[in-house]
Amino acid sequence: MRLIILALLSAGLYSPLFVAADWQVNLDQGATEISQAMYSLHMLIFYICVAIAVVVFGVMFWSIIRHRKSRGAEAHNFHESTTIEVAWSVVPFLILVIMAVPATKTLIAMYDPSDAELNIQITGSQWKWRYQYLEHDIDFISNLSTSQEQIDNKVKKSVNYLLEVDQPLVIPVNRKVRFLFTSNDVIHSWWVPALAVKQDAIPGFINEAWTKVSTPGTYRGQCTELCGVGHAFMPIVVSARPEAEFLQWVEEQSAQKQAEAVLAEKEWTLDELTAHGEQVYLKVCSVCHQPTGEGVPGAFPALKGSALMTGDINAHIDIVLNGRTGTAMQAFRDQLSAVDLAAVITYERNAWGNNSGDKVAPSQIQQQKQ
Amino acid sequence: MATLDQTVDVHEDHGPAKGITRWLYTTNHKDIGTLYLWFSLLMFFVGGTMALAIRAELFQPGMQLVEPALFNQMTTMHGLIMVFGAVMPAFVGLANWMVPMMVGAPDMAFPRLNNWSFWILPFAFIILLSTLFMEGGAPDFGWTFYAPLSTTYAPQSVTYFIFAVHMLGISSIMGAINIIATILNLRAPGMTMMKLPLFVWTWLITAFLLIAAMPVLAGVVTMMLMDIHFGTSFFNAAGGGDPVLFQHVFWFFAHPEVYIMILPGFGIISQIIPTFSRKRLFGYHSMVYATLSIAFLSFIVWAHHMFTVGMPLAGELFFMYTTMLISVPTGVKVFNWVATMFRGSLTFETPMLFAVSFVVLFTIGGLSGLMLAIAPVDFQYHDTYFVVAHFHYVLVPGAIFSIMAGVYFWLPKWTGHMYNERLGQLHFWLSFIGVNITFFPMHFLGLAGMPRRISDYALQFADFNMVSSVGAFIFGFSQLLFLYNVVQCIRGGRTATDQVWEGARGLEWSISSPPPYHTFTQPPLVK
Repeated sequence: MRLIILALLSAGLYSPLFVAADWQVNLDQGATEISQAMYSLHMLIFYICVAIAVVVFGVMFWSIIRHRKSRGAEAHNFHESTTIEVAWSVVPFLILVIMAVPATKTLIAMYDPSDAELNIQITGSQWKWRYQYLEHDIDFISNLSTSQEQIDNKVKKSVNYLLEVDQPLVIPVNRKVRFLFTSNDVIHSWWVPALAVKQDAIPGFINEAWTKVSTPGTYRGQCTELCGVGHAFMPIVVSARPEAEFLQWVEEQSAQKQAEAVLAEKEWTLDELTAHGEQVYLKVCSVCHQPTGEGVPGAFPALKGSALMTGDINAHIDIVLNGRTGTAMQAFRDQLSAVDLAAVITYERNAWGNNSGDKVAPSQIQQQKQ
Repeated sequence: MATLDQTVDVHEDHGPAKGITRWLYTTNHKDIGTLYLWFSLLMFFVGGTMALAIRAELFQPGMQLVEPALFNQMTTMHGLIMVFGAVMPAFVGLANWMVPMMVGAPDMAFPRLNNWSFWILPFAFIILLSTLFMEGGAPDFGWTFYAPLSTTYAPQSVTYFIFAVHMLGISSIMGAINIIATILNLRAPGMTMMKLPLFVWTWLITAFLLIAAMPVLAGVVTMMLMDIHFGTSFFNAAGGGDPVLFQHVFWFFAHPEVYIMILPGFGIISQIIPTFSRKRLFGYHSMVYATLSIAFLSFIVWAHHMFTVGMPLAGELFFMYTTMLISVPTGVKVFNWVATMFRGSLTFETPMLFAVSFVVLFTIGGLSGLMLAIAPVDFQYHDTYFVVAHFHYVLVPGAIFSIMAGVYFWLPKWTGHMYNERLGQLHFWLSFIGVNITFFPMHFLGLAGMPRRISDYALQFADFNMVSSVGAFIFGFSQLLFLYNVVQCIRGGRTATDQVWEGARGLEWSISSPPPYHTFTQPPLVK
């Protein structure tokens, strides 16, 4: 007993250290009507649970304190009462009905995706999200942008460590946006707490959910379904912007697309390609094939010294573009631009002593893509 | 002929065989119970070590000790080992020891089957654990092994995992058949069904759950095997299959499985609380009916694990309502325990301490379960640390505490010695504090947005993760006290009386401590 008191006291002494830190203990109210409704429902159920706990534990601790043998308590001999049993079955049932009514209402509201003004298809794949705007010619992939050095504790971690991406999903505020979820490989789950949207992305299925964000801002979330080695590393960032800013962003996207097409026409040197390819490799390929190109024996093949990397260049391009069925190797045809694909293949053929000296031009990839 | 007579004489009162063959060939329910219990304790430490590896990695953000690939293997193996290696065998061990003694039977109904049920287990776990050393690593798809992560994208060791699960299933089903046959056929004269101790009742119901659920598990892993090696497409969308089908079949097994892991615990608590309250259990009949209702409901709630897979609204509502309904019979049980304590004459030896904390902490786990049942809000809770907190509250201070309560409660009967009470109480308090420091902050982490099964996390989750890891190490290492206390109790200690505890009632307390190798060779008469 002395030991326990000592432990509690010392814990108390250290507590000021913790006060400054981030101790979020409850759900966020979020940024949509649905998220508010969920929050209220959550609090309602929570308070009911606390009330039940207080009553049950109250009686229990009363007995623990008052009805101890050491205080001379004698055991009373009651042990059966149908009335009481019926009562404490019916009363909880009625409490459940009280909970079920608002829960059903909220659920029905969540299940109404009608009159959406913008439709976005969200495709999960190991370990990134692809966003396709069905009404606009916008299609991009959103990758984790936290550097490997931060993960390996070599440099200081940024504020949004593991919750930052290279390209966020941009949506307009006060518009009903409908999301369509699917997956390329395993099951993922797209969750942004502030939007109160969590929906599984399942291969072969299309699920739907919707949101209507009321406050502009940046909202962050993560994949919530175990999807392999990179499960912790596929965050979601949603940037909700006022209508005008959103339209401006749409314009920028098409301008950027044109610029990329011009870039693909340009004549690239070997050095330019490998330099750009290394960046693409570290972002896209290194989770499986490792930054050293050595892969993970038994799971992901090594690229270093691989016959494919030094042999037939068309076979190499084919596997990167079209993937390999039945393995974790995805088809990158639509995931990466021609420039990125050409660069990363060139890099793989020249890195880690693969020194083939081969160069793949973006125009070559574009031909293959068609 | 003279020699033949002699063998018959020797047979009259033979004790245990000597050496290793006693344990290999034994058909004695007490020996097999002991084997189960030691095996489960070993697995508890193996699975616990994996849990500590997980908590060590999660002590701080960033990757330090366990890289993501190994991390996923640790979470998967921790879950599988704790469920199939620690909790289930422990309950079967307790049933082996106690059910025949409680119903007045000389042994289990099928002693040889009993031997086989146990000896499958070590081999199944050798196969399962050997995957850790295979190329590509151990299963890394979570203990729920959702396809296609566990089929198309699985490491090669998945085939060994499937084989091990099949063996575990066979062992469990045989064990369950044995328990049902014992309870239904070998009760002493006068021991009517409504006189059965609640531990026996809850185990009878659990055994039926096992027989219904384990073949479904066998089915789902066989479908996986077919997909992986024989070109079928049960769960492969590209071949016209359905990944969600996997989840339906899996949870149709796994939800009853949850109750398989808690109902015998309810039984143990229902034995201990009346004993240390020196008062009969309140509402015996309603306890039996509540257990039956829970068992029935456990088969029609499975999709509450799948609220975010895109079920139609009607499905969501059905599974929400049925799940909420489970809290009614569960509540009845809790109220009955509290009513048993009310106006009793209470003492707090170690078994009672574990039992009382079971009621408190299991209720907390039950209440968070009720929150999770509310489908619209489950969209926020699902697959976060809130769920991890919830099921650890029902499994650690729930199932595990009930097992420990049972062990402390019956250990003097088994060994004939009292365990060290001071050490037992120290073990309890350290476990109680450790468990709460470990798992309570996980509620906060989940609500703040931390997904489960991630090997690394954002900075705002750092503080509570650190607290949780500290708690895990306190809890983990205090279990060594338990091991020490049990070993010391077997080796010696104050002699236990036949009744052991002042308030103990029942057949098992009417025989000597330790009981003879064969009890009730003549059936006792129960009035």
